Amino acid sequence: MPAPLIKFYQTGTFTIGNRLLDEEALSVQADELRPNVLTSGHRACQGCGEALGARYALDAAMRAAGDQIIVANATGCLEVFSTPYPESSWRVAWMHSLFGNAAAVATGIAAAMKVKGRPNVRVIAQGGDGGTTDIGLGCLSGMFERNDDVLYICYDNEAYMNTGVQRSSATPPAARTATTPAVGSQPGNSFGHGKSIPLIAMAHRIPYAATASVADLRDLEYKINKAMRIHGARYVHVHVPCPLGWGADPRDTVRVARLAIETGLFPLFEAEFGNITDKTSIRHLKPVEEYLRLQKRFAHLFHSGADQQWIIAIQEIANRNIREFGLLAEVSHA
Amino acid sequence: MLKQVETSRAIAETVALCRPEVICAYPITPQTHIVEALAEMVGAGQLQHCEFINVESEFAALSVAIGASAAGARAYTATASQGLLFMAEAVYNAAGLGLPIVMTIGNRAIGAPINIWNDHSDSMSMRDAGWIQLYAETPQESADLHILAFRVAEELSCPVMVCVDGFVLTHSYEPVDLVTQGDVDAYLPAFEPRQVLDPADPVSIGAMVGPEAFLEVRYLAHHKQLRALECIPELSQEFRERFGHASGGLLRTYRTEGAETIVVALGSVNGTIQEVVDDLRREGSAIGSVSVCCYRPFPLAALRAAIGEAKRVIVVEKSLAPGIGGILSTDVRTALSHTSIPLFTAIAGLGGRAITKASLRGLFKGAEAGVLDALTFLDLHTELIQRHLERESKRRRSGPPAENLLADIRLLAAQIG
Ligand SMILES: Cc1ncc(C[n+]2csc(CCOP(=O)(O)OP(=O)(O)O)c2C)c(N)n1
Ligand code: SF4
Ligand SMILES: [Mg+2]
Repeated sequence: MPAPLIKFYQTGTFTIGNRLLDEEALSVQADELRPNVLTSGHRACQGCGEALGARYALDAAMRAAGDQIIVANATGCLEVFSTPYPESSWRVAWMHSLFGNAAAVATGIAAAMKVKGRPNVRVIAQGGDGGTTDIGLGCLSGMFERNDDVLYICYDNEAYMNTGVQRSSATPPAARTATTPAVGSQPGNSFGHGKSIPLIAMAHRIPYAATASVADLRDLEYKINKAMRIHGARYVHVHVPCPLGWGADPRDTVRVARLAIETGLFPLFEAEFGNITDKTSIRHLKPVEEYLRLQKRFAHLFHSGADQQWIIAIQEIANRNIREFGLLAEVSHA
Repeated sequence: MLKQVETSRAIAETVALCRPEVICAYPITPQTHIVEALAEMVGAGQLQHCEFINVESEFAALSVAIGASAAGARAYTATASQGLLFMAEAVYNAAGLGLPIVMTIGNRAIGAPINIWNDHSDSMSMRDAGWIQLYAETPQESADLHILAFRVAEELSCPVMVCVDGFVLTHSYEPVDLVTQGDVDAYLPAFEPRQVLDPADPVSIGAMVGPEAFLEVRYLAHHKQLRALECIPELSQEFRERFGHASGGLLRTYRTEGAETIVVALGSVNGTIQEVVDDLRREGSAIGSVSVCCYRPFPLAALRAAIGEAKRVIVVEKSLAPGIGGILSTDVRTALSHTSIPLFTAIAGLGGRAITKASLRGLFKGAEAGVLDALTFLDLHTELIQRHLERESKRRRSGPPAENLLADIRLLAAQIG
């Protein structure tokens, strides 16, 4: 397990009181003097996982870089809700250019820092799943292939949320979106074979690639921190539930994210130079139904008379992840 | 120092003298020789303090330049044709953000049908993107305009395209007076950005703007272009004083004193036009020409003054707006509003078609004789067009036009042979 071992947790929630931890094991978020890179006043919906994920990730990055960071942001919810004219929620040097070019813009910033002899300034690119897995993939792959000194963070809420919840290549099978309506013989998004950007990142053999979730703050901070200590192209893919798009209760954001981990639908792992080096074992395995039931985007799977095969097929995806990533290997300190 | 060089090489060496800090590029004919030469200079250490980045597309090329420029680095790239279209979204973005990037366009046609040869369709497609557009007339000017471009761009925080006719200029070998590093350094101070990404003084660049201020932001883009109309002549004058020869400016007149016919054009074709003007002047015609260097912003007042009391204006342009005709002509017509001077448009040289002196001569004579149509396609092969239109009228599945036209050319050539 990558994040520092925590020996105490409350059954059911896995939370741990900070007072029980060593000073250096405290989360950045626990510090009242945390950077608060994405500060209050932004226009995200209640319970927005992306706002949470961005603050967690960038606060950790700020800490790791001694506040010396510059951020390039793709178009998307995070960009729109953070910079409503004439205000900005960013307490960091931040730039938005276009939807599909955040990785390339970051490459340019990194090149400028290099030529100006400012190696201590670290560059981060960030975007949603659409800006990363679809329209920005060309620039992202180019940045990986050149091994540019950029950390790219993808906030994956599994659809194009900013434009009103349309399907992206990260949308899970059967999920209802505005462009994959829950009608017809196979309601919701089709069952393809998925598209894993972390695995695509690994195929570029970049120094570091990892997945993280807003449900596991310490693990997320640990991974960002680790990524910041490495130079070259790095990638962290953060799972961030979207209450609006998923049709989940805003107070359940962390709960839904945790269930994605515990069902095996969102495996947490790390990879270096193309090889998986660590993964988070599932402590209490849950059936996918528990995850799906909390979200209206899957409601059609539970209507009376709904075909059971779709839930079985989703369970099969979780089972495959569990097998392939070895997510049920023995859990230490469980 | 005069040196016999390929213009692309002269451009690369001049760009290098401007001390660019980030160069990014993606290959496309006829731009390649410029960035190849720069890659070599960076690799060999001749151009220092510069990052040369090979990217995966033109969209990335300009996006890298955008990031670099926003972080305070002097950024340069070059492209042409399909490449410029592929980066279109970033072209508008760079201007909207006010980033003083300099980009060379090796002017080339746009497909389909794919065609690597020269015309102005590519840069014309981006004429309203908010970039300043300068068109080079000669190899010398192709090199010089880059120095002016960086100076103007940084003065105004506005990106500049230096448009250089593909092959006609990019691949020609002519003596070029290459300037010295000392002079360039004296003319072009270090880049001092108006806005910069710096952790020590964090700002948000590229925030969203709604209806409450968008018009004002756009007005400022227009205002910036109007300022360029003042700034370009001044900085071109300063260029002349520093380097000892003239380049740039808004436009240049050629034998327009007392001219009844004035020909207006962009870029290298002005050389040929001037030769025809000389011939016709010898024969007693009152004819002159105007080479427009600065196309965006468009120098309405300067052009109006240059045209003066002429009786007719002929625009020779290497681009076509299907459905209306000329593009440059539309701007020239704006300059002529409130006058009754008739304007003729000649679409010429598309996709590398040679613009010959004989054809231009016929065109200008026709205008003088009052027999020229308002819109002419210079040297249009009407028999080919006729055959194609007939084929289309006879058969529904008439096939791909480009392939058919090529087949007809072969057929007609065989008949002649
Ligand atoms: C080239 C281009 N195409 C489409 C859009 C419209 N657009 C803006 S944001 C967005 C969705 C963003 O989705 P994602 O990247 O997943 O981020 P999210 O909003 O879900 O956080 C889309 C489609 C655009 N701005 N630019
Ligand atoms: S739509 Fe979703 S991602 Fe966008 S602000 Fe709302 S909760 Fe966040
Ligand atoms: Mg999304």
